[in-house]
Amino acid sequence: MLSFALTRLFRAVLTILLVMTFAFVVLRLSGDPASIMLGPDAPTDSVDAFRAEWGLNDPLWTQYFAYLKSIAQLDFGVSMRDRSSAIDLVLERVPATLALTVPTLFIQLGVGIPAGVYAALHRESTADRGVIMLSIFGFTIPSFVMGLVLVLIFAVTLGWLPSGGQDTWQHAILPIATMSVGGIGILARFSRSAMIEVMGQPYIRTAMAKGLSWRDVVWKHALPNASVPIITIVGFMVGSLIAGAVVVESIFSWPGIGRLLIVSVSNRDLAVVQCLLLVIASTMVIANLCVDFAYGLLDPRLRAKAAAH
Amino acid sequence: MTVQATNIAPPFTMIRRLRFKAPLLVVFGLAWLGLMVLTAVFADVIRPYDVTQMDLSARLVGPLTQGHLLGTDELGRDVLSRLIQSIRVSLVIAFGATLLSAFFGTTLGFLAAQFRGVVEHMILVLADFQAALPFLILSLAVLAFFGSSMTLLVGLMGFYGWERYARISRGLAISAGAQGYASAVVQLGAKPSRVYLRHILPNVASTLIVSMTLTFPEIILMESGLSFLGLGVQPPESSLGNMVGFGREYLTRAPWIMLGPAFVIMMTTLSISLVGDWLRDKLDPTIR
Repeated sequence: MLSFALTRLFRAVLTILLVMTFAFVVLRLSGDPASIMLGPDAPTDSVDAFRAEWGLNDPLWTQYFAYLKSIAQLDFGVSMRDRSSAIDLVLERVPATLALTVPTLFIQLGVGIPAGVYAALHRESTADRGVIMLSIFGFTIPSFVMGLVLVLIFAVTLGWLPSGGQDTWQHAILPIATMSVGGIGILARFSRSAMIEVMGQPYIRTAMAKGLSWRDVVWKHALPNASVPIITIVGFMVGSLIAGAVVVESIFSWPGIGRLLIVSVSNRDLAVVQCLLLVIASTMVIANLCVDFAYGLLDPRLRAKAAAH
Repeated sequence: MTVQATNIAPPFTMIRRLRFKAPLLVVFGLAWLGLMVLTAVFADVIRPYDVTQMDLSARLVGPLTQGHLLGTDELGRDVLSRLIQSIRVSLVIAFGATLLSAFFGTTLGFLAAQFRGVVEHMILVLADFQAALPFLILSLAVLAFFGSSMTLLVGLMGFYGWERYARISRGLAISAGAQGYASAVVQLGAKPSRVYLRHILPNVASTLIVSMTLTFPEIILMESGLSFLGLGVQPPESSLGNMVGFGREYLTRAPWIMLGPAFVIMMTTLSISLVGDWLRDKLDPTIR
């Protein structure tokens, strides 16, 4: 178990390092930040001063090591635009994004998994067909279309809910609804097929044959086994939640990290974009690590395999 | 074993297997996809107006008016014509990107299966990297800093989902090696390229095609999402996503600008999902 954990940790660190390198390479090779920040008509001496101040004249690898070193010291640089610390800019936006993504995740889990499991236990029923159809619709509607249609219905036509901003809790309803739909579809579909597969296993037949109640069969034998593949999907969904937040925050002018990303990407604010990429990648890596360790807890077979490894 | 039998089925039995009666929804999906492909191919012929042709006297005209079936946008450009052109652009991008990513992923998967060891680990690390950054965010960073061009966009989208093909082709190639027919050809003196292209690839093709039907709608959604955010296809070119993005400005006054392309995106991804699911049931030996 320990060596399994260490390997996973090592790979996680390696991944983060790779993301940092990627961010550095893409952002530095793509153009001269000095001319972008100061405009094409800036006088040469102010461009030179800018370049000297931000260390843009050093060879690329010197810049790279300076960058790695400062990140190791938890210094993510300052925004080129208003000189405030990049990590502060990012961290002050995080609560707004969490206010959307955390309720969304709970709604997705709370609706998607029960719907899928119910459909699996009542195969070929009307409810099952309904769940399949709705889940296919759920994940084929792009979130930006969903968001705009919801705005059109609930904000423009009916006038019940605000269409953008972050002043009251009502402002969060449409964004959360928009983000939830796709994940519910994916989870429902996935839990349905995981559950159907488990219900076809010999140990379920054995459990029923020895006279266990239907409830015990489902709760004690089927669900724990179906939870392993479902956990995998939940791990992936953290990523789509963050990507979804980028789109949804930009539709509803919600001041979270997604909007910050779009704004700083269009301003070419290197420090902030790097910092955001790093924060997002770390979140994803940690989520994936948790999923890997959750496997170990949920599935004794994997634990034995990891120990033998 | 049926698994073994389907694994080595030559392509024509694969097609014969498809000729089972298709459910109504699948027929509908195929019909819609056919319509979309025809639209993309004959876009220049069926388009009533030029995409950039402006008519400032007929701005924001509603749908079903004389001469403008789907209305016009804020510059008086015909929405139907733009929609037809956008279908072509979006489909071309998604098609090119799907092929690229299938090629790229399968090659990496075969390389991993052939060399194992270090190569395999490096590909694993790359897959980890891909899993650590949501693709939308990775593309946002790249496109924003390199500027958006059609070539870059297709190339970038071509990285979408490669790890899926790599995982599948690696697994299948390794198990094919254990099945005897591959090692038999190796012992006859065939070069690795011949073993992989002539013997292993045909046997894993059906599974790869099924993964392509999964990737294709996702790429359409990814491209339209990027274009919606203003970082994908750039004007004067238009794609389905970028029409929705611009239509958003006129959501209250002229919702038809945005609803047409949104409907097409939905129907297309829905159709591919329906057809893809059905294909998977028919073709994929691993779920039989």
